[in-house]
Amino acid sequence: MNCKAGFVYSDEFVNYRFTDDHPFNQMRVLLTKELLEASHALEDKLIIPPRYATEEELALAHSKAYISAVDKAGRGLLTEEEGLEYGIGTEDTPMFKGMHEASKLLVGSTLTAIDAVLQGKVQHALNLGGGLHHGFERKASGFCIYNDGAVGIKYIRKNYNYKVLYVDTDAHHGDGVQWAFYDDPNVCTLSIHETGRYLFPGTGNVNERGLKEGYGYSFNVPIDAFTEDESFLKVYETAMKEIVDYFKPDVIVTQNGADAHFLDPLTHLSSTMKIYERIPKIAHELAHEYCEGRWIALGGGGYDIWRVVPRAWSQIWKVMQDDQPFEGMLPEQWVQKWQDHSPVPLPKYWYDPEGSYKEIPRRKEITEKNDQLLEKSLQIITNQKKYNSN
Amino acid sequence: MLVEEIMNREVITLSPDETIETALKLLHKHHIRHIPIVDEENRVIGIVSDRDVRDASPSIFEKDNEPDELQNPIRSIMTTPVTTVHPLDFVEELASIFYEQEIACVPVTRNEVLQGIITEKDMLYTLIQLTGTNVQSSQIEVKVINKPGILPQVTQVFGKRKVNISSVLIYPYKPDPDYKIIVIRIQTMNPLPTIRDLEEEGYEVLWPKDPGMSS
Repeated sequence: MNCKAGFVYSDEFVNYRFTDDHPFNQMRVLLTKELLEASHALEDKLIIPPRYATEEELALAHSKAYISAVDKAGRGLLTEEEGLEYGIGTEDTPMFKGMHEASKLLVGSTLTAIDAVLQGKVQHALNLGGGLHHGFERKASGFCIYNDGAVGIKYIRKNYNYKVLYVDTDAHHGDGVQWAFYDDPNVCTLSIHETGRYLFPGTGNVNERGLKEGYGYSFNVPIDAFTEDESFLKVYETAMKEIVDYFKPDVIVTQNGADAHFLDPLTHLSSTMKIYERIPKIAHELAHEYCEGRWIALGGGGYDIWRVVPRAWSQIWKVMQDDQPFEGMLPEQWVQKWQDHSPVPLPKYWYDPEGSYKEIPRRKEITEKNDQLLEKSLQIITNQKKYNSN
Repeated sequence: MLVEEIMNREVITLSPDETIETALKLLHKHHIRHIPIVDEENRVIGIVSDRDVRDASPSIFEKDNEPDELQNPIRSIMTTPVTTVHPLDFVEELASIFYEQEIACVPVTRNEVLQGIITEKDMLYTLIQLTGTNVQSSQIEVKVINKPGILPQVTQVFGKRKVNISSVLIYPYKPDPDYKIIVIRIQTMNPLPTIRDLEEEGYEVLWPKDPGMSS
């Protein structure tokens, strides 16, 4: 299978930078792009330069007061006190010069990806600069200022009137996007994340199912800490297939955070590169089966920017093009170029060799628990099949 | 926290002379499980629960369409006297009442006059607020020696980082009474610098922790 895909990219993505030692670092996107180029998988002609989102577009998911506060903060005109009301100026989302423009570009790049797909220029598009799923209507949080996913989906609803399935495999709950469409039956959200008992943001419980007309269109599977590949993939594949078949979307938007890996410093899941080969593959297959290929993939979290994110994200692009993930050795040229910059030894292979992490003694319990959660999460669909089948 | 802060002020009530049938309808209509019974001055003189009403209703297997039982007055089945609380009582006391008396709802009165109502569900909701799990946060568990002054010492570490604390809970460390566990929810996605600070100050952070250790 060879598909027409677009890679939205700008060197200016790196301008979204809070402080020098902040864990959210868009250098990851550059590292991924160069890894793809070194692997001869990304031709220049497939790169789509992004546009900025307009203020009206931002206002699809954010309050005017918040947008103007972000704008002011980026020009040094917002006091610390004023910022707190909007979550700006905290440890997670400090103020930085030009933050409005930098954030607006990330939203615009997601809109660029959406237009490219929905206007039929490409079948799939990837915007690794986006996926900032913690942004709220009038509050920055969890490293996110504007919520490009939420703005993007509102934009799809407004301009194309498609039914949208949003799938979030970031290790943190996709709360901002979920709440933005909690009462909307035309937008279905699925988030698979580490349980919120300890991890930020704490929500994403299995009983968060939507509200009013939107009831039954919000799915959450909060998997246990130290979940490994097999259990993660069982949850993901089952939930994806069941939900796509139940909701029958016109377009799929995926948030491909890469922080569920065992090396990620902020989370406690124990997956390897194996899940990052399967996650895009299943999304790709289902987009073709149900949505005439319409699939927009976004970035997201991912805080081991050297060993994990570039490999994980490259696989999305590879799968978008020919459905086959990379195998074997990483291109030497890339490893050589970046090894000097990296504080840790870079990996040699696309996959993580067996025994890369310490064995998890509670594997059986964790798997059982996740299976049970999966069943609970999909209960609505199971019931519907059982009682409403004609 | 005071009862008046969490009580529901709009209460569905009945007079003792209304029929059981009316009570049954009200319970269904408003999705509630308790109705305080009040006199003309709105003084609480009794309470009925959905179970009281059901016990007084005929079996669903009865064929009679308009059963006489339902025409009996509420007075005949209401529980009295009623356990009530005052608006200025503490929520903690309320929890003890629910637990000890095995009931799930109390009317709130002032000089016997009805002011509001609180159910077990309202109580649980408040508990959720107390644990801080309703706002975006990360959780850290610290094991500390059980001695006066330890809490300010620990929270000072958070203050230095300008991390906002959304809730603090303290519970006993079962294996050793000389220690306690402080559970702190902080409003950040990146608790690592704070954890590092805590460890540098010599505190034992129980979570986040290595896999393998059971919780």
